[in-house]
Amino acid sequence: MTATFSPTGRDTYVGTARSRVDGPAKVTGLAKYAGEFAAPDLAHGYVVSSRIAKGRILSIDTSDAEKVPGVVKVLTHENRPRTAFLAMNYRDMVAPPGSPFRALYDDKIHFSGQPVALVVAEDFETARFAASLVRVTYEAETPATEIAELKDLAYDPPKKRSGIKPPPEPWGDADAAFDGAPVKVREDYRLAIEHHNPMEPHASTVVREGDGKYTVYDKTQGVANSHGYLTAVFGLNKADVRVVNPYIGGGFGSGLRPQYQLFLAMLAARDLDRSVRVVLTRDQMWTFTHRPDALQTVSLGAGPDGALQALKHDVIQETSRYEDYQETIPNWSGVLYRCDNVAMSYRLAQTDMATPGDMRAPGAVTGVFAIETAMDELAQATGQDPIALRLRNYAEADATAGGKPFGSKELKEALRQGAERFGWARRNPEPRSTREGRELVGWGMACGIWEAMMQQSSVHAALTPDGRLELGNATGDLGTGTYTILTQIGADALGLRMEDVTVKLGDTRLAEAPVAGGSWTAASSGTAAMRACRDIAEQAFRLARGLDESPLANVEFDRVVLEGGRIAVADDPARSMALTDVLRKAGVERLEATGKAAPDKDHAKQFESYTHSAIFAEVKVDEELGQVRVTRIVSAIAAGKILNTKTARSQILGGIVMGIGSALEEESMLDHRLGRFMNHNLGEYHVPVNADIHDIEVIFVDEEDKANPLGVKGLGEIGIVGTAAAIANAVFHATGKRVRHLPITVDKILG
Amino acid sequence: MLIESGSPVAADQRIDISLTINGETRALQVAPWTTLLDLLRERLDLTGTKKGCDHGQCGACTVLVNGTRVNSCLVLAVMKDGAEITTVEGLASLQGPGSNALHPLQEAFIEHDAFQCGYCTPGQLCSSVGLLNEGHAKSREEIREAMSGNICRCGAYTNIVDAIEDVMQAGGSR
Repeated sequence: MTATFSPTGRDTYVGTARSRVDGPAKVTGLAKYAGEFAAPDLAHGYVVSSRIAKGRILSIDTSDAEKVPGVVKVLTHENRPRTAFLAMNYRDMVAPPGSPFRALYDDKIHFSGQPVALVVAEDFETARFAASLVRVTYEAETPATEIAELKDLAYDPPKKRSGIKPPPEPWGDADAAFDGAPVKVREDYRLAIEHHNPMEPHASTVVREGDGKYTVYDKTQGVANSHGYLTAVFGLNKADVRVVNPYIGGGFGSGLRPQYQLFLAMLAARDLDRSVRVVLTRDQMWTFTHRPDALQTVSLGAGPDGALQALKHDVIQETSRYEDYQETIPNWSGVLYRCDNVAMSYRLAQTDMATPGDMRAPGAVTGVFAIETAMDELAQATGQDPIALRLRNYAEADATAGGKPFGSKELKEALRQGAERFGWARRNPEPRSTREGRELVGWGMACGIWEAMMQQSSVHAALTPDGRLELGNATGDLGTGTYTILTQIGADALGLRMEDVTVKLGDTRLAEAPVAGGSWTAASSGTAAMRACRDIAEQAFRLARGLDESPLANVEFDRVVLEGGRIAVADDPARSMALTDVLRKAGVERLEATGKAAPDKDHAKQFESYTHSAIFAEVKVDEELGQVRVTRIVSAIAAGKILNTKTARSQILGGIVMGIGSALEEESMLDHRLGRFMNHNLGEYHVPVNADIHDIEVIFVDEEDKANPLGVKGLGEIGIVGTAAAIANAVFHATGKRVRHLPITVDKILG
Repeated sequence: MLIESGSPVAADQRIDISLTINGETRALQVAPWTTLLDLLRERLDLTGTKKGCDHGQCGACTVLVNGTRVNSCLVLAVMKDGAEITTVEGLASLQGPGSNALHPLQEAFIEHDAFQCGYCTPGQLCSSVGLLNEGHAKSREEIREAMSGNICRCGAYTNIVDAIEDVMQAGGSR
């Protein structure tokens, strides 16, 4: 049963494989990104980054830099124009509790790589060269960046971050149950700090339009967030700032909050009264948000049959000195598995680093790696098959939400289909049992989970007498396929062809929408688009019915279909009118509507909503070289209705690839003496390249969900969650070696 | 022009070069420190070629220089005087003079959904054309290896290989 989008319930495009509508722009180079918009009076800003992680600036000598021909100005904390005084004015829509970082605010250094000056010049090369001439002297203090040494200072964050679930109150007696359990697993787990590294470096182009007005092209996952930030910080009228970002060269969370290049570009543009662009270097992509370090301990007590008797999940996560960034980390264990004695904790430890931020499936990547590795350890300890162990402890309700049932949960089916496709039944459970040439072969599995969320959103749509539909809102398409799915939804709702539909996104002049993140865009903006288009369909129908000698006279809206550009009576297709004729004959220039969407409170009262996955991984390990290859992944996804099977599959593929990176490669290495990431480039911070990626198969399991009228749950995050655990479990199966600290690098296999 | 670190310089020296870019020959005056990438993006408004790292580590800036794939961020423009440069904006014209039809690889990338955000795509495409010109890679494994200088953070690798293999099997045209 498919969800109904058009008033007749007929899906022509929705639910099928469609090529990206933004494809032609992207393969021809015509798609423009934030740092590529030009202006006649454009100046180029280059950021000078702090060489220390903690302390203060004693002096900044900009005289040599200013002497370079072509340099317009060097901005520092000493000559910074006034901006908003109160810290709260710098808090953006998704800021965690605390006092946000303010670039060039004063002489204090909070983290390594903090911007300390902006050199503005007539061209990029001049700005870059002059930046090398800015001389800064510092008074350095000893930074603290190793959370393992800060455990004793960890605290329960007094202010909770909006949208983040703190650990639930414990139930049962986890300690006593653990002590008395026949089988015990208690281990520590850790992931390396990761950096998002979207291919497009963060960039902002502020174009001065005159009359105090600005058009700002910003690399952001939500133009509304950048807009709100700029107006609050610079005291600008809302109408005087337009933020635009039609394409974003990857975000993965790094573009959720306004980053410092936006502030600096506007600061310089206001000060110099000209257009300014600031693009960060790849190195500087290590100087703001990152996936935080977290120390985790999972304690599982079970009977000899693997049935859980105690579950504890304790987390200490890194944050900065100035903001209490928070994620939902331990809770997933209690959502995935049924257990009568559960206790979880989540505390923060402050370091001298920039505030961490959301990176693809924040919290879930971290917490699920730990619980899903621990479950594999329990399977080994009890001699259970890893799938059987999960089914034995399968949760039919969300114990962390007082036992509320799930709106839908086809994880069992995902496990079944994934296992079948992978050939799991042929697995010899004995570690080190399979060898191919010089390589050991291992098969591992894990489950994944992410919350299915919705946010308030709106979409404006307009139909014109030429039969063209335009719709859009301020959300962004990060490569997620939003342009395409909204096109499909609009076309189906009005019975048009996809080529008759134009979708516009990423512009504060369009209808209000939330930042693009959390996997909520398809559900939120998709529902709003459907409602806007349905509204237009009904308006067109009423116009048609009211025309003289209308073929639709005396028919109700629920009896018509919109198909092939026509409104027709469902059981009498001879009675129909072309939409173009309706508008022309009625003398209407355009039909417009704004559709709104918000979380369904009634549904949320009754049900919890999650997406799930079952991931199966094959690895081949060369023990002499310490090399691990992921030769095969099967990921079965239960995520409600799939709007576009082509772009949806790609989203999952992308999540899996990033999960492979997390498992085997990605690691931002700190020199704790300097408090500085040392491998801040793509040559030394390894992300997967083509040669690292072999066969990946994605399965979408049928799942009917009613949290929103589309039946959509979202796909941006679920692909990555659990992938690293499946790989780590496969490495154990191959080698008998359990790696609990990601990534699984050569030294850990050899060591 | 000598640039001594720490001393102010006059960066006004320009060198005359000629480049044929996407079939059009242009006389240019270029500062010696300008990379081919920055020349394309900042001076010629050919922003299809992307800057991902500026260090030759990501491949987003890949263009064809005399038919060979090159990281344009590692090349100073003045070193390529007289060269023929093809960027993503010129791939269609490889189909013939004045052609507006997409290159088979461009079509295959759309068909196989070989990109998401699109930022690495111009580099992937130019690199793929270069790979086909080289003629070394035959198998999927060889394609993967030979395309490993082009990072795709969205993780479209399997689709990229599908697209290239598709075009390769059709003998360069789909």
